[in-house]
Formats: sequence, C-alpha cells, structure tokens
Amino acid sequence: MIALLTRDLKLAVRAGGGFGLGLAFFLIVVILVPFSVGPESVLLSRIAPGILWLGALLACLLSLDRILALDWEDGTLDLVATSPLPLEGVVAVKSLAHWITTGLPLVIAAPVFGLLLNLPAPGYVWLILSLAVGTPALSVVGTFGAALTVGLKRGGLLLSLLVLPLYVPTLIFGAELARRGAEGQATTTPLLMLAGITFGAIALLPFASALVLRINLR
Amino acid sequence: MSSIWENANPVKFSRLAGVVLPWVSGFAAVALVVGLVWGFFFTPDDFRQGSTVKIIYLHVPSAMMAINIWAMMLVTSLIWLVRRHHVSVLAAKGAASVGVIMTLIALFTGAVWGQPMWGTWWVWDPRLTSFLILFLFYLGYLALWEAIDNPDTAADLTSVLCIVGSVFALLSRYAVNFWNQGLHQGASVMRAGAVTGTDTEEKVSNIFFYPLFLCIIGFVLLFVALVLLRTRTEIHKRRTKALLAREHLG
Repeated sequence: MIALLTRDLKLAVRAGGGFGLGLAFFLIVVILVPFSVGPESVLLSRIAPGILWLGALLACLLSLDRILALDWEDGTLDLVATSPLPLEGVVAVKSLAHWITTGLPLVIAAPVFGLLLNLPAPGYVWLILSLAVGTPALSVVGTFGAALTVGLKRGGLLLSLLVLPLYVPTLIFGAELARRGAEGQATTTPLLMLAGITFGAIALLPFASALVLRINLR
Repeated sequence: MSSIWENANPVKFSRLAGVVLPWVSGFAAVALVVGLVWGFFFTPDDFRQGSTVKIIYLHVPSAMMAINIWAMMLVTSLIWLVRRHHVSVLAAKGAASVGVIMTLIALFTGAVWGQPMWGTWWVWDPRLTSFLILFLFYLGYLALWEAIDNPDTAADLTSVLCIVGSVFALLSRYAVNFWNQGLHQGASVMRAGAVTGTDTEEKVSNIFFYPLFLCIIGFVLLFVALVLLRTRTEIHKRRTKALLAREHLG
C-alpha cells in the first residue's frame, strides 16, 4: 500500500499537471473574484469564506478524472486489481494520494489566499480547520465518482454531474463552519457535522468505490 | 397463492403488464380528469391566494411522486443487486425517467405559484433547494444509464449510484435545512389528526382536499402505468436485440 502511495505521489509530482493544477486553479479563482465583484474590502471579507471553499471544491473537481483514468488506460489498474492487495485498500490509497496532491496544498495555501480576500483575523484558524477536515471527504467522494465513470472515453462532464450533488452537504457545512468562525459565532455544530461526513465517507465509500471498480473491470 | 418473485420472469411480467395496463391507465385517466376538472372549475378561490391556489392540484402530487419514485428506485435497485432480476432494474430505469419529469413539474409549478405569492420565481429555500438537488441526482442517474454500453454494467453502476445517492440526498436534506430557514410552508395535506379533526393547526380545507386526493391517486396510477409500459418496452427492446443477434449469427 505504501509502495502504491509513493508511486502515485511520484507520478503526480513528476508527470506534471496534477500537482500544481489544483493550486493554480484555486489561485486563479481567488485573484479573479475581486475583479468581478469589486474591490471593497467589507464585501470581500464577507464572502471570503464561501469563495475560498468554492475555489477549493472546484480545484478538487478539476483533478478528479486523473485519480483512476490514467491507470485504467495503461492497464495498471488491472494489475493492481489482480494483486493480493484488496481493491478497497487500493481505492483508499488512491483517495489519500489525491488528497495529498490537491487537498493538502489547498489547506496550506488557504491562509495566503484568505489574505488576498481580506478574511477577518479570527477566520484563519477556522478556515484551515474546515478545509483540513472537509477536503478529505471531497477526495473520497470524488474517487467514487471517478470509479463510476472510469470506463468511459469522455467521462469528464458526466463525472462532474454525478459528483456535484454528492458534494453539496460537505460544501454547506464546510463553508458554514468557515463563515461562522470568521464572524465569531458558535462553530460546534457545523464542525461536528463536517467531521461526521468526512469520517463516514472515509469509512464507507471505499467499499462502494471498490465494488463499482470491480464491476467496471469485469 | 403465487409468489411475487414470479414476475421477475420477463415473459410473465409482460403478460401481467398487458392485463393490468389498460385498467391502470383507465383509472388514472378518470381520476386525473375528474380531480383536475373538479379542482380547477368547481372549487372556490382561496380568499387570500385567489385562483393561484389551484396550482396545488399539480404541484403537490408531482412533488410527492418525485420523492417516492426515488424511494421506489432505491428498493428496486437493491433487489437487482441482491437477486439479479432484470425486470427490477429496468423498472428503476423506467421510473427514473418519470421521476425527473415529476421533479421538473414540481419545480415549474412551484415557480409559477411563487411568482405572484412570494414575489419571486426562485428562492434558495430548503425545500426548493432540496428539489433542485434531487433533480440533479435524477439527471446523473439517467446520464450514467445512457453513457454505458453494456446493459448489465450500466444496471450495476446505476444501482450503486442510487444507493449511495440516497444517503447523500438525505444528508443534503438536513444540510440544506441547517443552512437556511425556509419560506415554503410546511406539509399541510397528509398530517396525522387532519382526518379525525383533532389537528388544530393550519391545514388544507376539505373543499380543496377531496379533488386533491383524487389528483394524488391519479398521479400514482399514472406513474404505475408509465413504469409498466416503459419496463415492458425495455424488455421488448432487449428481446429484439437478442433475436437480431441470433439471426446475425445464424
């Protein structure tokens, strides 16, 4: 499993496109928002948590089809599926690799982007916390979507359509947590809900993804 | 007493559908025509809402169907995954096409009613938002069916999507409730106590309720008829494909 993880990480870093893409996209969104809604700092600081969460989600969405499609095309997935490693584990590692290459950089870079959008000072902790707790769910759910559409030639649009409604609860609680944190309101409920979604998704969805992948590999 | 599982045999199912279909469609037509005409022309206007109140006869039944059809798809998808009956998953596929239209009707009639009543076509109210999300789920489910060539693979994948989607649909429902308190009124039709008269809260008056009840029955029967028809058509389509393939080989 560790070998698979390091392989995926190396591929993501060396092959290019995967690692920086999400981050670059996030940066583009954050830079373009002030141009489109105007530079007033009051307005920006009000919408900053929502924009940052939206950017993170879209950046995640952008890189989803890379999770499995390349391995499907060159036959790696068949080899991995016949190896003694259970497919559930493979899928979980794939999600983890995706999170390390897209989710984690977003979490680390988020404070800088928050600065650009004039995020209120108490919001930084909550923004980082909400992204750190929420983005793993995005990766795991995205892996499920990628597994559903892996056999399709141009599954990108379908993948987005399938994953879009599945992302709604995570986005709502994540953005709500960041917003409440920034405005100094009570944050326990959204934090617990967000953590619940993430841990539930991590615990259950790899089984669904592996099942779907087995059907696709038949 | 024969088992319900006998209808998993496509031939038996087709025969049953052939017998039942004319009756169900007939009753659906009668219930809908009587219910809608009664509702539209023989009930008084509401004292505050005027004649717009009559959209209820389309809005409430279609909204109820939109949710219940997804529940039915969940059951038939589970049956397919567990017992591998083709009829079951084809029924889910047929139901989804009806469900997406029901969702659309509910959203559209809601918008038409909301414009004069709330002064807006659309608000991000929990109920409205949930329905939009439900609509997306239906679209995704149908798109996945269309995208995959192998029918058994498509059936398996869409069934898993339906089950996972159900969990997330429920989650979204609560998330959306948490996110915004709504403008939409609560359920006022099928409430416990409404029949016995012990319910003192606001509810739909009996004058409106009887035709509405007929419309709901009509929508249910219409749905049953459409699903039987669509499922039978799918079975026939597969049969023709198999026959053509056999002829091609011979």
